[in-house]
Amino acid sequence: MVIKKELSVSAIENGTVIDHIPANHLFKVISILGLDKIESMITFGTNFISKKQGKKAIIKVADMFFEDDDINKISLIAPTAKLNIIKDYQVVEKRSVEIPENIVGIAKCFNPKCITNNETITTKFKLAGKDPLALKCHYCEKITTEDHLEVL
Amino acid sequence: MKNKSLVSITDFSKDEIMRIVELAAEFEANPNQKLLDGKVVASLFFEPSTRTRLSFETAITRLGGGIVGFSDSSSSSTTKGETLKDTTIMVSNYSDLIVMRHPLEGAARYASEQASVPIINAGDGANQHPTQTLLDLYSIYKTQGTLDNLNIFLVGDLKYGRTVHSLLMAMSHFNTTFNFIAPDSLKMPDEYKLFLDSKGIKYYEHSEFTDIISAADILYMTRVQRERFSDPIEYEKVKNVYVLRNSMLNNTKDNLRILHPLPRVNEIHTDVDDNPKAYYFQQAENGVYARMAIIASILGLK
Repeated sequence: MVIKKELSVSAIENGTVIDHIPANHLFKVISILGLDKIESMITFGTNFISKKQGKKAIIKVADMFFEDDDINKISLIAPTAKLNIIKDYQVVEKRSVEIPENIVGIAKCFNPKCITNNETITTKFKLAGKDPLALKCHYCEKITTEDHLEVL
Repeated sequence: MKNKSLVSITDFSKDEIMRIVELAAEFEANPNQKLLDGKVVASLFFEPSTRTRLSFETAITRLGGGIVGFSDSSSSSTTKGETLKDTTIMVSNYSDLIVMRHPLEGAARYASEQASVPIINAGDGANQHPTQTLLDLYSIYKTQGTLDNLNIFLVGDLKYGRTVHSLLMAMSHFNTTFNFIAPDSLKMPDEYKLFLDSKGIKYYEHSEFTDIISAADILYMTRVQRERFSDPIEYEKVKNVYVLRNSMLNNTKDNLRILHPLPRVNEIHTDVDDNPKAYYFQQAENGVYARMAIIASILGLK
């Protein structure tokens, strides 16, 4: 059988393509970036075959360019994500995501006795380690590690 | 440090710690100073802690201040479902300072972000209890004449014991040598050992509680609690191993003092109580002077 190569998602003229998102986190990425609340044209797809990561998702957002601070918010759940900045159908810049020093309102503290899990409080963490990932809660001072990480 | 909340011992610099210790000595020499005349301190104990509460209330009374508050959450509006945020904002409208004990970790830090007056953390779950640490430091300073270059032995539950963790962080300013004596299952967590490594501070780990204590200046005992063990056989094995008896003190240094945050169960045998090296009851008394010093400096009165 011949595998036909074809574009699964149509190209955009100007905007951002977020590629290599872990397939199971597509909708979380959409929600963290607030893409469910914007007016721009968005195409997204998931469960594409990726040589590197098995299954991946991809998002194309027309006429939108992200600040580092915004895009880095997805780094906890999509550390492999790559950004292609598109201008006039051409990739003009490629960027990776980086875990920020201060992680606000994204992750849940693993400690059930933490005040943030008992009252409505925006969580805050300081990055205590990248590999393996370790987040120190601003409130209870406990470390949440990758295996306990839950994204809000 | 005026108007600065005290939530975690790491909020205070070495100079600020020394200032508290020296002020505590001043208050011990002259305990009745009505510096808080006309001031109101709120004492919010969302869980009961008789020793800490009485120590704070004695300190406030000796300073001539008024106290409002509650001694456990059943007598507060928490039972009606009021949030910590609302209680804190409301009480900071009434008072000049809030002393807070709370069963949840991070409660004091959160309250300090909501309140318009400073917060003193009187214990937030298993997290921090900085006034205990400052009274421990004052006790060490008073009995040794210095905080520098001491050999401190920490014994018992070094894994969960918040007092030993905070003491370790605070003493890291003073070129301390640490010796940890604990059963394998209750060893000092790696994060604290890494912290000591990063500051170049020497520490030694032991699982046997023997005559190695002859080198100690301070022996800081903690309780090994049954509920920390998932395996009851493991608890039975260690429960009597980390018990200090008077006979073990024969070859120890003259300046050695034994500290314990109290309450004690059986980890210090009562035959130690009459030994002049036993210091845990005076340590509790020092808590009043240390807390007078903390309150006076936070309110900018000293």
